[in-house]
Amino acid sequence: MNSEKVPVRVALRDAMAECMREDETVFVMGEDVAHYGGSYKVTEGLHKEFGDKRVIDTPISEMGFGGIGVGAALSGLRPVVEFMTFNFAMQAIDHIINSAAKSSYMSGGEAVCPIVFRGPNGMAAGTGAQHSQCFASWYAHCPGLKVISPYDSHSAKELLKASIKDPDPVVFLEQELMYGEGFALTNEKVEIGKAAVIRKGTDVTLVSFSRMVGFALKAAEECEKLGISCEVVDLRTLRPIDEKTIISSVKKTNRVLAIEEGWAYSGIASEVISIVNEKAWDSLDAEPLRVTAENTLLPYAKNLEELAVPTVEKIINKIKYLTNKI
Amino acid sequence: MPTLFVDKDNKYHKIYKQMLLARKFEEATVQLYREGLIRGFCHPYIGQEAVLIGINSKMQSQDSMITGYRCHAHTIIAGCDPKSVMAELTGRSTGCSKGKGGSMHMFSIKNRFYGGHGIVGAWTSLGTGIGFSHKYKEDNGVCVVFLGDGSSNQGQFFESMNMASLWNLPVLYIIENNGYAIGTSVERSAAGGPLHKRGECFGIDSEEVDGMDVEKMSEAADRGLSIARSGKPYIIEAATYRFRPHSMSDPDKHRSKEEIDKYKALDPISSYEQKCLKNKFMTEDEVKQIKKEVKEIVSESVKFAKESPFPENHEMFEDLYTKSL
Repeated sequence: MNSEKVPVRVALRDAMAECMREDETVFVMGEDVAHYGGSYKVTEGLHKEFGDKRVIDTPISEMGFGGIGVGAALSGLRPVVEFMTFNFAMQAIDHIINSAAKSSYMSGGEAVCPIVFRGPNGMAAGTGAQHSQCFASWYAHCPGLKVISPYDSHSAKELLKASIKDPDPVVFLEQELMYGEGFALTNEKVEIGKAAVIRKGTDVTLVSFSRMVGFALKAAEECEKLGISCEVVDLRTLRPIDEKTIISSVKKTNRVLAIEEGWAYSGIASEVISIVNEKAWDSLDAEPLRVTAENTLLPYAKNLEELAVPTVEKIINKIKYLTNKI
Repeated sequence: MPTLFVDKDNKYHKIYKQMLLARKFEEATVQLYREGLIRGFCHPYIGQEAVLIGINSKMQSQDSMITGYRCHAHTIIAGCDPKSVMAELTGRSTGCSKGKGGSMHMFSIKNRFYGGHGIVGAWTSLGTGIGFSHKYKEDNGVCVVFLGDGSSNQGQFFESMNMASLWNLPVLYIIENNGYAIGTSVERSAAGGPLHKRGECFGIDSEEVDGMDVEKMSEAADRGLSIARSGKPYIIEAATYRFRPHSMSDPDKHRSKEEIDKYKALDPISSYEQKCLKNKFMTEDEVKQIKKEVKEIVSESVKFAKESPFPENHEMFEDLYTKSL
């Protein structure tokens, strides 16, 4: 493998292009995905290679093209539907949940819906409350969906390819602030439903996903200087969540800190902690803790925005508390 | 499934038998609902049969169909065995959705019937997407999207019409205007001109048809399907009426007896029967024979449903995904 760093946005684009070359039924639709190359340039170049039929600019009609995508999937195509941001997918959430996630079950398995809904999720920089929400727990809540939220370029590419080839509906949550980040591609095998231990440690397990994995890694580096050894688990898939990897790590470190960019209330971190409580209770040496966004909407002002979201410092403080270093 | 034709080459027999089957099947669902064997919501199609059967009479084998929650007749006419439809309604393992869909969620994908959906109007986008598939696959098919007057007020219907017209999708929208969205009349819910004109601003042509007359519906289907097949979406508004309440849970206090009786006098099945007899398209004996056969199909369906087992407990977790996780 080439050790050259590939930005996440390029990895995602390459994943779509590879799938489109292999399978004629794969197509991409969304706002500005074709001629403009995507608002965040994730689909750049696809229209040039695959043309009008397979890379389709839609009107500003999330509910309409969300449903059109699901209808196309039910009738034999493999749509990749891009939402300019998952904040706009709220207009289409009925189709993601009621149409895509439920058709197989309601038809006794007769209807299959191989669709991918993808786009940036979570906070950006200075975009205020309506462009900054993390919807991970909303989608991960629902049986019938698979929900993925990768961190680096390699897992993003491999998981997007796996999602497009998957027979079930997938919500693929990207992160705008990660698109420009570069990571080397590797030979690691990446699968839907499998988390990865991306840093080994012995004192505390940090469980996270998407951009927060980078925060967890930075916190782990800082803590190493203090003599604390952190293990970092990148969840990658949020439904089905990889309980086995979480539990086996916590059984080794006896402590867990769950980190997410979204709110604490009914969140993914809460779910991770419930899993640990139910299945690894006896191995815990300290109460499981969370670092999440504060219980407020994301404010615009820079100083307030910084207060409202998880930071490496907040993570380090909780790690110190858990390991009795403060 | 049991044969639907006394004489399969005789279109009059076929249309009459299909309408009668839709009617008698629904009368049986009303009865089973009253017996407590059908649960939840149940929306009979009684009174509107000419719309579906008229449109279906001109559909080709590659065409597809989607509708909302008033879907029992659509599922059967698409080609699903009435026994498995009744078994679904009664929540049995032999149901077309293994007892996990119920009255509003029925499919027959192999017959290109895509449901059976319970979120009012949402299937107008799904159906437009199925039309998109026909065009993408170049299979010369048309997706027929049935919707009600109520659904025609959903914003996504307008979004769908816009994209269908913009992208030249082979979609035929059938607005089954029965006058009421549960308890709210069209007059109190839809502003502007007639419902079929709602595609006008997107350049979609349309017509209004007497939905109580199966032959008129059939003629309109011919026009509509051929326009849609040429890559131009089209709208047919069928003026129809449901003889029964919106669902078995609706007390139906908002419609007068006089109004209901006025439409019952226009019953699409008895008027077609009279016309066929008068013009000697069918004989009295043939009518009698068809009635007998329909009665048998329905009573076999009821018997099959009642004798079928409920789903096994493990079924609760199956079919969420293509492969169990």
